[in-house]
Amino acid sequence: MKVEVRVYPKQGVLDPQGKAIASALGRLGHGAVQDVRAGKVFFIEVAGSDPRAAEADAKRMAEELLANTVIEGFDVRVVSGS
Amino acid sequence: MKFGIVVFPGSNCDEDCHHIAKDLLGCQADFIWHHDRDLKGADAVILPGGFAYGDYLRAGALARFSPVMESVADFAKKGGAVLGICNGFQVLLEAGLLPGAMQINRGLRYVCRDVHMKVENDATPFTSLYPKGSLVTMPIGHMEGNYTAPPDVLEALERGGRVVFRYCEPDGRVTDSANPNGSARNIAGICNRDGNVVGLMPHPDRCSEALLGNAMGIRMFESAVAALATR
Repeated sequence: MKVEVRVYPKQGVLDPQGKAIASALGRLGHGAVQDVRAGKVFFIEVAGSDPRAAEADAKRMAEELLANTVIEGFDVRVVSGS
Repeated sequence: MKFGIVVFPGSNCDEDCHHIAKDLLGCQADFIWHHDRDLKGADAVILPGGFAYGDYLRAGALARFSPVMESVADFAKKGGAVLGICNGFQVLLEAGLLPGAMQINRGLRYVCRDVHMKVENDATPFTSLYPKGSLVTMPIGHMEGNYTAPPDVLEALERGGRVVFRYCEPDGRVTDSANPNGSARNIAGICNRDGNVVGLMPHPDRCSEALLGNAMGIRMFESAVAALATR
């Protein structure tokens, strides 16, 4: 199965990368951009056929390693069964 | 007095720390490979600067899972003196031995230059020879040194006197322009509640002998010798 974990700066945490990207987009003429938050996506292949187990597993992965929960939030979704 | 210097794959200031401990201070010093669990009887453990595990994922995030870190955590819990310099500080944060987290510098660039700091806590084993309130100059070299923590954690650090070093102007004024990376409250270094675990972004190891143009950093290592010898 494929699981996708998105990790991003928590609301309220300053995101220097997102801010820089937002201002670069503004300079490129994308005047409608109001805010950008920059994060990471992990595409994880896991063995097994139970999407709920895969999702629970991926949550633990995010908490233990993929996200630094002091400053980052995350969400998990099972993208495909196989 | 024996220093233990942890070597992660990607550490690159381990030799500097070893040189200071052994050649400049005449102490015993041993390298501790990150896969080992034996701290070899070290009285003080140093997590040196560098790029442990290539800084993959986040600086310090993977190093935290090295077997040696379990031993370092046990050692710290029992009151052992632990110093994290730069990348070593990042590892201590990721390992939860110190609170908070590092973000990319607010200027989004690697910053390599001298900074000025005020010593705000002279009660740790690594700062006992700096008079409280004294000013020190040390070099920094990092991309992720923008210290951040939830407001209640920052308050607890302040109340507990756990901000050990704070970025300031050459005359000691704490200003935003003296802050090289955007760290909350100009924080350059902190300690844990008991004061035995200290982390800082600047490099005392890169300014520990006159040959390098600045020897202010050696006091951190000398402090450890003084503090631990009299214990």
